[in-house]
Amino acid sequence: MSHKVVTTVNGRRYEHEVEPRLLLVHHLRDNLGLTGTHIGCDTTQCGACTILLDGQAVKSCNLFAVQAEGRSLTTIEGMAKDGQLHPIQQAFWDEHGLQCGYCTPGFIMAAAYLLAENPNPTEDDIRRGFEGNLCRCTGYVNIIKAVQTAARTMGGAEAKPATQAAERRA
Amino acid sequence: MIPAAFEYARASSVEEASSLLNRFGEGAKVLAGGHSLVPLMRLRLAQPKALVDINGIKDLDYVKADGSRLRIGALTRHVTIQRSKVVRDNLPILAEVAGEIGDNQVRNLGTIGGVVAYADAAGDYPTIALMLDADIVTNQRTIPAEDFFQDLFTTPLAPDEIVTEVVFPVASGPHKYIKFRRRLFDWAIVGAAAQKLNGGWRIGLTNVGPTPVRAKAVEDALQKGAKPEEAAEHASDGLEPADDLRANPEYKKHLARVLTRRAIQQAE
Amino acid sequence: MAVSTLIGAKIHRREDPRLVSGRGRYVDDMQPTNVLHAAFIRSPYGHAKISRIDLTEATKAPGVEAIYTARDFEKILQGAMPVTNSFVADKKQPIGWAYIAKDETRYQGEIVAVVLARGRDEAADAASLVQVDYKPMTPVVDIDGAVAKGSPTAHSGIPDNIAWDTTVGGGDVKAAFAEADVVVKQRILQQRLFPIAMEGRALVVEYTPIENKLTMWSSTQVPHWVRLCLTLATGIPESNIRVIAPDVGGGFGSKIHIYPEEYLAAAASKLSGQAVKWVEERSENLTATHHGRAQIFDIEVAAKKDGTLLGYKVTQYVDTGAYVSVFSSFQCSAYAIAEGAYDLKNVEFRTVGVLTNTTPTDAYRGAGRPEATHAIERGIDLVARELGMDPVEIRRKNFTKKFPHTNYLGLIYDTGDYDKALTKALEIANYSELRRRQEDLRKQGKLIGIGLSTWIEVCGFGPGQGHATTFAQIAAETLGIPYDQTEVRTGDTGDTPFGYGTYGSRSLHVGGSAVLMSSRKVVDKAKKLAAHLLEAADEDVVFEGGRFYVKGSPDRAKTMGEIAFAAHRDNLPPGMEHGLEATTYYDPPDLSWPFGAHVCVVEVDPETGAVKLQRYVAVDDCGNVINPMIVEGQVHGGVVQGIGQALFEEVLYDHETGQLKTGTLREYMVPTANEIPEFVTERTVTPSITNPLGAKGIGEAGTIASSIAVINAVCDALTPLGIKHIDMPATSDRVWKLIKEAGK
Repeated sequence: MSHKVVTTVNGRRYEHEVEPRLLLVHHLRDNLGLTGTHIGCDTTQCGACTILLDGQAVKSCNLFAVQAEGRSLTTIEGMAKDGQLHPIQQAFWDEHGLQCGYCTPGFIMAAAYLLAENPNPTEDDIRRGFEGNLCRCTGYVNIIKAVQTAARTMGGAEAKPATQAAERRA
Repeated sequence: MIPAAFEYARASSVEEASSLLNRFGEGAKVLAGGHSLVPLMRLRLAQPKALVDINGIKDLDYVKADGSRLRIGALTRHVTIQRSKVVRDNLPILAEVAGEIGDNQVRNLGTIGGVVAYADAAGDYPTIALMLDADIVTNQRTIPAEDFFQDLFTTPLAPDEIVTEVVFPVASGPHKYIKFRRRLFDWAIVGAAAQKLNGGWRIGLTNVGPTPVRAKAVEDALQKGAKPEEAAEHASDGLEPADDLRANPEYKKHLARVLTRRAIQQAE
Repeated sequence: MAVSTLIGAKIHRREDPRLVSGRGRYVDDMQPTNVLHAAFIRSPYGHAKISRIDLTEATKAPGVEAIYTARDFEKILQGAMPVTNSFVADKKQPIGWAYIAKDETRYQGEIVAVVLARGRDEAADAASLVQVDYKPMTPVVDIDGAVAKGSPTAHSGIPDNIAWDTTVGGGDVKAAFAEADVVVKQRILQQRLFPIAMEGRALVVEYTPIENKLTMWSSTQVPHWVRLCLTLATGIPESNIRVIAPDVGGGFGSKIHIYPEEYLAAAASKLSGQAVKWVEERSENLTATHHGRAQIFDIEVAAKKDGTLLGYKVTQYVDTGAYVSVFSSFQCSAYAIAEGAYDLKNVEFRTVGVLTNTTPTDAYRGAGRPEATHAIERGIDLVARELGMDPVEIRRKNFTKKFPHTNYLGLIYDTGDYDKALTKALEIANYSELRRRQEDLRKQGKLIGIGLSTWIEVCGFGPGQGHATTFAQIAAETLGIPYDQTEVRTGDTGDTPFGYGTYGSRSLHVGGSAVLMSSRKVVDKAKKLAAHLLEAADEDVVFEGGRFYVKGSPDRAKTMGEIAFAAHRDNLPPGMEHGLEATTYYDPPDLSWPFGAHVCVVEVDPETGAVKLQRYVAVDDCGNVINPMIVEGQVHGGVVQGIGQALFEEVLYDHETGQLKTGTLREYMVPTANEIPEFVTERTVTPSITNPLGAKGIGEAGTIASSIAVINAVCDALTPLGIKHIDMPATSDRVWKLIKEAGK
């Protein structure tokens, strides 16, 4: 039996009928055509499918599409605005924080969450923030640099949602 | 892989969840954070007939200090426990344990009720629950942790029974949880917890048997005035850990002793 | 070539804006509407006879269009998978590798049937309904088991499990060992690894019957090879096959193989008359995509009392898996550089290929070179220890110092200055201070280890490497045109001439040189045309900053753009063809030999056996550098892959069933950002003389050097306990067992 699922993804409203077993990542890729979110494993280790679900980083391969009913999602396609790369995307480019690019959307979304929660992370905070993301090309060195650069260019501009998130949880 | 087909229903209250479980009958499972269940389904190692999604039951997501007890709703996410001031003030070891589970993405979805109900020997909360004599509250009864973790993945929960709350004693004294693993986001090869409570020590161990273990022999030795390094030698008393890819039984017992000593010594 | 404005510049990769904004195009991103989804039915056993395949239930499942087994493919696919035969010549019965198993399966993951269904979910559901009756047989899953007398064989009806047994050598090894003051012997394990490209393999293939055309999108490192092999198997002319490798999410060797799925999907498209799509799942990838390493080395090193190396004997056992794979010869290529950076002429290298009931092994990042480096660098440390020498001193004493250098096999090392790289690495690591600190900490019971590795490699024979950028830099520089006006196309057999693909760190050395030579041809032709237009003699025309002008009158110049335009108009010199194009097939006359020195510092917890990486210094020399940012990135990635092998990663099989014990990424541990040390990467520059760029490959450097730098550091840390050697991965339980045994 299929279920109706209404989501707001990157600011746009979508309505679909889906089978319960459809993974959220497949919903994004197949039904919404948002193929920037990748799949790198089947046991929730690699983090390539990381997206923001109401601002929280989650692995979209570990949720069914039906669970996203009424939620607001941000994927990699929603990061650039007005033809400008998001500062995190720009920093990944500037610092050579990617090679094959396959894990990159997941890292950028994990970084977006990390910086929203903690606008001035230490190197250790950044490493910890990527516990759930695997990269096989870069050795992580330039990914960490990219987040440091992004933190500087963003200048704490995204600090506000973090505070709100912290309050919400307290 | 693609999970086998199943029926799905969203519950907005515990009563509704329970009646849905009853309606679907055998083969129905509760879906909370899903980090253990969904991968198994994707590999088709689990093929539940139906999933009852309890993520929408908002009134199971809370942290409350209640006199000498700390009450945590079953749907409370790890990230909430990790950051909650109430938890940090009343049972800081639990906040630290929460911060050591999985990764950011996992902590944003995973729930304490899910971990407790799944009863994986490598789960971290069950160790704390057991050693502190926590209560596992369900929609039907209250089960002492001691009676709850019966065997590997085995609890006394009835098919339509849902964990609603975990109740811990308040304990803000010296404490330490050491989770020994190869990579930061892995499950524990062995975990050791030490908590000062009511003048005595509580010692718990993770992944050294089919259930969490309370190291009473260590607690008793400490009570009798043994030094941490002497008492910790008892951490492996009676243990029969399973062999796995990361450690053989002998190594796990050795780690239990070393980590217990360190946990006591490092407790703050 | 002098480092100029573009070559040698840190230029941002042009492929990145797409990739960082979710606009990459990997194979799974292609979602053609009329496509059937393939699901492969794979044997769950290490070794089994197939007694029956029952398709009744599966055929009735919703959405199923077709299910094919071996019999169906016989009509479409000729012959068998190409296998390396260079080492099997002396075997009476070379092992064939069928595209699909018919009566017997020889590894977990071997394909026995293919389901085509309208939906991905439907294909998966139907696959679970295919009933295959297997009669499991006793598998052999490791080298020791497979070479043991009376071992079961990996295939029914073969005499033993030996795929090849060949010895190469040079000098007088016997005399060298007779003369030796010390001989050290060691068995060294190169454990089996999963390559783990983050994107698994994926295919979309479409056969159109009337034109007899086949188009395949494949996540491959070698599109031209895939095309050739598909031609050989299907009989479709090469000109009718187009293979496109779009964005490829990592390869590390795992995508240089031409796999059964590529043949079977192509054939399935022909059989069904419809386009077919298949995307490998990770759990599938771990059995279906080739594995790396899986070798054992028995080494013997002979030396004089003063540390001079005299002779070196190696026996390498290569676990080939169930079949000798397409590029399996890479697996034994450790012989080519067995003696590493040392001037050692008396070398004997025996390589033995061993068949087992496991996924076939093939090239994995470094392919032979990490193994060779590991063996000799372990060996030299053991000699140093035996003689009480510092590992630095013994290396310096034995380095090859004169270039070009002819090695024991007759291979010519172009250029090198190994001491310079080592000295620089030691300076950065502050080696003497480290040794002092180590001494102090040992007194406090702390186990600090310092590990060295000096590596060389041979390249000229890698995806995600930034070709689009480096190639463009070379072209723009040579053509004198703005970088932004260049475009690089690779990976599509439809618009590029035949190329061997990207592997063996060959892209820059070979492909980059071809770009340079083509660019020069274009400049030469443009210059002739410019001379014609400027009414001057060819030799009077100067080309500078993208402009052609007659000597002495730079203000009357033609730009490259103007010349390109003119090349398509009528006013050409007599005999000149239209257009301004050039094609170069570059086959380097000789190989290039990058090198470097790495230093690693670790701390071992004597109680738990846990190894903590503290610091890592890499000094590499890849000749002239086209883009330093890309070079550094390649080194970081390589080093971490080597760290993965040294400390974390290991494929394990169950001996009873032949099934993987490490069947998901939960059990197989790829390191994360939290497991890597503080890094310093530096360079020395010793240009190559074998290619016009003066460049050497770099894609595999990190991996070649790092696993052994880490292991030498761990062994160094354990020295006070009397422990000489540890195998990989040096996990805490393995270290602890050694410590415990040493204490007995």
